Formats: sequence, structure tokens, C-alpha cells
Amino acid sequence: MSMSKPLTMKPSRSIAADAVLDIRGLCVDYGVDDNAVRAVRDVSLTLRRGEVLGLAGESGSGKSTLAYGLARLLPPPGVISAGEVIYSPPDGEPVDVLTLAPLALRAFRWAETSIVFQGAMNSLNPVHKVSTQLIDVIAAHSPGMSRRAMLDRARELLTMVGIAPDRLHAYPHQLSGGMRQRVMIGMALALEPKIVIMDEPTTALDVVMQRQILRQIVELRERFGFSVLFITHDLSLLVEFSDRIAIMYGGRIVEEAPAALLYRDALHPYSHGLLHSFPALRGPRRELAGIPGSPPDLQAMPSGCSFHPRCPRRFDPCAVDIPVLGSPADRVREARTVACWLHPAGGAID
Amino acid sequence: MRFFLRRFAFYVFTAWAAITINFFIPRLIPGDPVSALVAGMRGQITSDQIQSLTVLFGLDKHESVWMQYVDYLEQLSHGDLGISFGNFPLPVTSVLASALPWTLLLIGVTTIISFAIGTLLGIVVGWRRGSWLDGLLPVTTFLSSIPYFWLGLIAVSVVTYAGYFLPISGGYDPGLVPSWNLEFIGNAIEHGLLPAITIVVASVGGWLLSMRNMMVTVTAEDYVTVAHAKGLSERRVVMGYAARNALLPSVSGFGMALGLVVGGTFLVEYVFSYPGIGLQMLQAIARHDYPLIQGIFLVVTLAVLAANFLADIAYLALDPRTRKEG
Amino acid sequence: MTAAATGLTTATPPPDLTGTGGAPRRGRGLRRFLVNGKVTTGLVILLIFAVVAVLGDTIAPYDPSKRSSDILQGPGWKHWFGTTHIGQDIFSQVIVGTRSVMFVGLAAGAVATVVGVVIGVTSGYLSGAAAESLSAISNVFIVIPALPLIIIITNVVPNSGDWTIALVIGCTSWAWGARLLRAQTLSLRRRDFVEAARATGESTWRLIGFEILPNLTAIIASSFIGTVMFAVATEIALAFVGVSGISEWNWGEILFWAQGQQALPQGAWWWFVPAGLCIALFGTALSLVNFGIDEFVNPRLRSNARRSFRAADGRRVRMRVGFTPVVQAPPRGEDNER
Repeated sequence: MSMSKPLTMKPSRSIAADAVLDIRGLCVDYGVDDNAVRAVRDVSLTLRRGEVLGLAGESGSGKSTLAYGLARLLPPPGVISAGEVIYSPPDGEPVDVLTLAPLALRAFRWAETSIVFQGAMNSLNPVHKVSTQLIDVIAAHSPGMSRRAMLDRARELLTMVGIAPDRLHAYPHQLSGGMRQRVMIGMALALEPKIVIMDEPTTALDVVMQRQILRQIVELRERFGFSVLFITHDLSLLVEFSDRIAIMYGGRIVEEAPAALLYRDALHPYSHGLLHSFPALRGPRRELAGIPGSPPDLQAMPSGCSFHPRCPRRFDPCAVDIPVLGSPADRVREARTVACWLHPAGGAID
Repeated sequence: MRFFLRRFAFYVFTAWAAITINFFIPRLIPGDPVSALVAGMRGQITSDQIQSLTVLFGLDKHESVWMQYVDYLEQLSHGDLGISFGNFPLPVTSVLASALPWTLLLIGVTTIISFAIGTLLGIVVGWRRGSWLDGLLPVTTFLSSIPYFWLGLIAVSVVTYAGYFLPISGGYDPGLVPSWNLEFIGNAIEHGLLPAITIVVASVGGWLLSMRNMMVTVTAEDYVTVAHAKGLSERRVVMGYAARNALLPSVSGFGMALGLVVGGTFLVEYVFSYPGIGLQMLQAIARHDYPLIQGIFLVVTLAVLAANFLADIAYLALDPRTRKEG
Repeated sequence: MTAAATGLTTATPPPDLTGTGGAPRRGRGLRRFLVNGKVTTGLVILLIFAVVAVLGDTIAPYDPSKRSSDILQGPGWKHWFGTTHIGQDIFSQVIVGTRSVMFVGLAAGAVATVVGVVIGVTSGYLSGAAAESLSAISNVFIVIPALPLIIIITNVVPNSGDWTIALVIGCTSWAWGARLLRAQTLSLRRRDFVEAARATGESTWRLIGFEILPNLTAIIASSFIGTVMFAVATEIALAFVGVSGISEWNWGEILFWAQGQQALPQGAWWWFVPAGLCIALFGTALSLVNFGIDEFVNPRLRSNARRSFRAADGRRVRMRVGFTPVVQAPPRGEDNER
């Protein structure tokens, strides 16, 4: 699936090596003019080819808004007010998704980037069979395909996610929650996209089912090699599952590091708090500490660092200036960034 | 399947209830006017006809109510609804047979048209929220608050003023004899235009509003966002995902809406002297033609039940969740 | 005859009435409801009608039944709405007729709502044969066409004063509200706060009265308004066809005389236009209040402020479902100030 539309806007910097999705300075508002609430503030992230990037944060931190904003799926009154989302296909020119015309955007959607939505309860159309829903996306992107070929592909997808192909003609209400989520995953892979965004795919499921689904995803990833942007509030999942983790708070990225590194040595007090909010099954006993307070009101953000009112390690600069996301001077050899005055940026950014 | 059977059983029950209500109503009339009318017509009506009226109205005071009821049911099963006083000596069934088709045609055609127009407009207005189309809403609200018959009066006066470009009364020209030829059909259609337009204009608003509200609700649902995320064409998202789901409450509320349409149509027939059962019933009331009144109520109710049943079948076909096994 | 023009015509219960469950947020909610432009307009119109209804005789310039020599005159200074075929002042007829109309409408609405609440909530809260049969009864009444039934009953009943008509209409039109209430009660019954109340041993009456009923206020209000609309239209229709023997003046009565005296062929449009417009206006006002209730209950229906706006670079940008607009807004000072 090559982009027929040529590059419409030259990216302002050269793209990082092997990046498949490069988000730069993305800002998303709800509403316009003076009533606008900024839900995503100046977010810059890079998703590399074949990697799993986890995105963690509390409810209201803006992670879902970010995911939906990427593909321009935010309902009104959402508006994307700044930034670029550069997609680099394996063959072809990089393109800024935000500048695509509707027709090109439709072609881009699902074929290059698909989304597995939260809560499959409501994500499947209740009045259409599973087969219809799997097929219509194939038909929309490959109009020439015969119906038989499309049905075969649909069966293939179901088998891939571990559902018996005879369920092809079932209706969503006839499937269990876990099965529905698998259908969503199968549907997401229908066009073999390079990027799959998963927005809390296992939150609505019980723990056993969670495990199975995650295992399935890992397997599929090994087979097809797509990149995953995995969004969840459950950091424990990410630590196991992702290559790198980004932490979001108050609409900003506050830390980003390889998973193992983050687990061992979280720099930002918020990440630290999150990691220590759940008990480990093995290993030495640690004292559980929650994070006092509640997420900031997006319409009345604290001055300076938005986390400082809840931060156990705040000091003078925190209430005054917003920390900049950058490579910490005291960890210069590690490929990580953090936005905290405790670890001010020293090296060049990226 | 269970849904189907339950609904069917319900309609049988309601039909029985309607028949029973029909049985009791004349017996509530104080002063027993039917006996008086029958007495006044002695010599003109046969004893068979007297017998059937007796059963219908409980004129025989010596029988118990239960026996009267049984007799009544038995008589109904023979299709005997008595003799119409106002159209003497025609039996009620033949009066109904000549009037019913007109009403069925009128209601049938207008309901289909206004449902179609209202629903389609509702889809468009609900989908494109915030556009100028939202201005349609207050207009249709106002229109749907206007009583059907008053709109009919306005239509008549407009046509009168503008020189009678459409016939304003009757079902067909007085000189014509009803038959299945093109001339008659064309004439009948011409006569039906004003009543039909009145009903459609007055009832479109209700369908539009309910469809629009459902579209707005459904558009915010997750599966519509998924449909967009899949890169499907706008048409497919609107029709296949949004409208298809938004339609369901309209269909399930169809039955109730139909009851209102029937009432309004009766009045429109009155205004336009359109020869349907609405006109017959209102005339029957003025003439105290009790057998005809009773017969009309029964037939109308059964017809509405049948229509409701059809709507339920349509709902069964549209919403797979009702086909749940247990 | 109005088609049911409310958004709650459907049998499906509206979405979550109280986001948090439990005690309704009365104060703040009520204010928000009243501030809605549609509601204010509707209420103002209704208030005007109410005032006219109450003052009726006092403010009518003439006695509506009084004949005069100004036969069939068009609207003018002396007779604002013109006169009838025997010189009666139509304006006075309309004014005086308001009372009967509003009375029957409100009374019928009250009767129907009370019956509907009792039957609907009971059949929703209880389970078993009693509930099922109540539900079946309401379904029967929904399906049977109302107007023919009402016409027949009114015809049959000996006296047809305002109270009788109101009672007849009320007793035949409660079923629609009952069904909505039953559906909503059923879903409320399973909610956590009800279960919690039952677990702490709250008595059934208190439960229904304090936990369930407050959450049903919106539906009850909407159902009341719908029934009033229906009652007004029906009562006018009854007067129009001459079925109800109401001796007091009534908008439908005006139309009855207009029809009977061949107002149309004579071109006396002023005879029937005002009455109809009043009905339409009254109905519209009720609908507006109903919309307000709908929007209050279902926040998705609230009209968002503006859907298209001018971006910083002058382009016109429209909010569209499924395609979030991209607006390169100029950087705003200190982000943290928003």
C-alpha cells in the first residue's frame, strides 16, 4: 500500500533512524477560542519499526486523546491545534498524516495504522454479523477482491486470533467478551498494517483472559512484525510487554525509557509512584506507596510542572517553570528522556 | 423465535381484549337506546336481523352476561356484525367493505411516505449536526403540533382561494362509478391528493425528530468511531453503522405512532368527506348507528394490531439481538 | 392530532440519568434546565396561556356567546379576530376557550401520569405474575387506537362535561408513560444504589419513594407533557366533530361552528385560523419544554456551541464526525495558564 499522495509538508527535522511513526509537538484541544481545553500538550514520541511502545498514565492524562488524535478520530469538539505526525512507510515517502485529505486519510486508515479499541462491548456493530464487519473493511480498501476471497481472508483472521472459523457468521451478542476482543484484534490486522494502536485492549477483561490475549498479540507480532502503541493505565502490563515505555501526565510526556530500565530506575517521581503502586508477585517485599492527590484539572493547570502539587520531591523550580523533556545530564549514556527538574536535560535532545 | 411467539401471543390477547371491550361498551349506554331503535323499526327488519342485534347489544335481558358473551363470540366468528341503522338495510360488514379500502389506501400510502421522508431527513439532520439543517427542527416541531384536521381546513381554504386546482371533497367525482379502469383510478388519486398531503405534512415531523435524536445518540457510540477508523466510505458509515442502529427505536415505536395516525386520519377524512371508515364512524356517531360504530371500532383495532404485528416482524428482522436463543 | 413529537417516544430507556447513581443533583440540574433557551421560550408561552386561561372572562372584550349585528366580519379594530355568522366575537371565544382547553389538558395529563406512574413503577419493581399482567395491560392500551376509543366512550357516557372528558382521556392514554417508566424502573432496580438500599433493609415504600422516583422525574415530566399535548389535541378534535357536549367555549367548538357554518367556502378564514394557531402554539411550547427535558437527560442532544469556525489563517473549518479538524493555532503564551 504505497501512498499515492506525495509529501505535502516537509518535516522540520530529519526523521530518526528506523522510525515508523514520528509524532512531533502534537497539541490537541477540545473546543476553540477561549473555551478551549488543551488535553495533549506538545507531545513528541517516536515509534520505531517493529517495537512495542507502551503509553501509561492515569485517566485523564490524555493518552486516549493522543491515540485518537493521531488518526484524527476525535469527536467534535476535538481539534488538533499543532504538531506533525510523520508516518514513514517501508517503501515510499514519509507523509504527515495530519495534512492528508479525507480520501487519502481513509486509504491510510486501517491499511497503515489500525486501532484496537477499548471495550469491545460496544466496538462491534450489534446489527451486523462478524463476517460483514471483517469484510467491509477489506472491501473498502481492495475493491477488486472477490467475495469468496474476502470470506477466506476473514476465516484466516479468525483462526489467527484463536477463534473457530465457524463463528464467522455469528452476531456480536453471541460472542463472549474475550472473543469479541479477539475479533477486534483480528479485524485490526486484516490489512496487515505497519502500526497497531491498542487502547486499553484488556481492561474490560478478567486476568486470565488478559493473559491469553496478550500472549496472542505477542505471537502475532512475532509473525507479522508490526509496531504497537500500547496504551493502558496498568504499568505492570507494560513492563513485561513493551520495549519502551512513555509516561504521560497532564497531557504531557514526563518520561520515556526502555522498559527494563524504567522498572529498575524510574527517574520521574510520578513514574516512580506508579511503579510502586502495585505489588510484585516475586522479589523482595517493598513498601506500597500510592500517589496522593488527584489528576490536575485541565482547565486549571498548576503553574510550572503540572505534577508538583502531588510530588514528594518537589523543590523551588518546580512551581515556576515547566520542565523540558530531554536526555538527563546525569544519565547521558542511556537512551531515555525525562521532564523533571531533578534530572535536568544536559545532552542534546535526540 | 421466542420473541416472535411472545409477540404473537400478545396480539392474540389484545385482539381478545378489543373484542371484549367492544362487547361491553354498548352495554354501558344508559337508557338502552338500541332497543328503542329496534322497536321503532319493527316491520322493516327481519327476525334474523333482530336476533343478530340482540346478540350484539344484549337486548335480551333474561340471558346472563356470560351467555351473551358466548353468543357474541359465536356470532362474530360467522362474520355477522349486525345491520347498520344509518345505512339500512345494509349489513355492517358491507358498509365496512366499501369504506375500508379507501382508508387503508390512504393510511398505508401516507404512512410509508411520511416514514420514509421523515426518517431520511432525520438521518441527514442528525448526521450533519450544526449545519443549517438544524433550522428544520423548529419548523417541523411547529408543523407536528398542528392538528391534522386543521391543516386540512387550511388546505381546503388555500385550494378554494386559488381556484380549486385540486378536488377538496369526496373520494371521486360524483358522476363516476367505482371500477377498475384508468379513468376512475386517476380520478380517485386526484381526490386523494389533498388528504394525503395533509397527513404527510402533519406527521413527518414526529418521525424526523425521533430519528434525528437517535442518530445523535448513535453517532457518539464506539462502533461508529470504529467504522471511521476502518476508513469506510461515508455512505457506509452513515447507513450501515449509524442509521441502521438508529432505526430500531423508530420501528419499535411504530405501533404507537400508528394509533395516532389512525386518529388523525379519521378527522382528515371528515374534513375532506373522504369515503373511508373514519368518515363512516363520525357519521355513525351523529346518527346513533350503534352497530356500525361497534363494527368499525372492532375492525380498526384489529387492523392496527395486524400492522403492529408486521412492524414487530420487521423489528425481528432488523435487530439480531431479539433472535437470542433464550 | 399531533404525532408524538418527543424524543422519548421510544420504548428504550434514555441513557444514564444520573451519572453517579443515587441522589439526584437537583439544585444545579434544575438551574441548568431552566437556563436552556428552548425551555424558557416554551415556559413563557405556556405562562401566557395560563394567565389568559385564568383571567378568561375578565379580559375578553365581549361575551363570546353574545350575538351582534356584525355578521361574518373580517379582523378589524372592533373585533380583533373577526366575527362569526351570528356576530359573535371570535377573539373573545378564543380567550374564554383557553380555560377549558388548559383545564382538560392538565387534568387529563395528571390522571394519566398518576395512573402511569403507579402501574409502570409497580410492574417494573415487582416481578412475577402481577408485574407481567400489568405490563400486558399497558401494552394492550398502547396498541388500541386511542381516538376511536375515546370518541366511542365519550359518546356512550351520559354527561360530557370537562371533568368527564379529562377522565376518559386520562384513563386511555396512561399506557405509553407506563411502559417507559417500567423499562426505566427495571434498569434502575438492578443498579447498585438500589441493591445497597435493599441490603440495608430499607422498606419497599421508602425505596420506591426516595431512591427510584427521584431518578424518574425527567421521564415523568416528559410523559406528563406528552399526555397534555395529546389530551389538548384530542379534546379539540372531540369538540370539532361535535361529539363532546361541552357547553362552555372551547377552541374545538369554534372550529366546529366554523365547519358547520361553511366558513371555508365563504372565505371566512379568520374564523378557523386563530383557534388552530393557538393549538399549534400551545403544542409547540409544550414540545420546546420537552426538548429541554430530552437534552437535560441525554447530554448528547445538547446543541454544541458552534460547529464551524474561522481558523487563525482565515480558513473556514468545520467540525465533522470522524475527521478531526487540524488547525495550526498560533502558540499561546504560557501554556500553564489555561
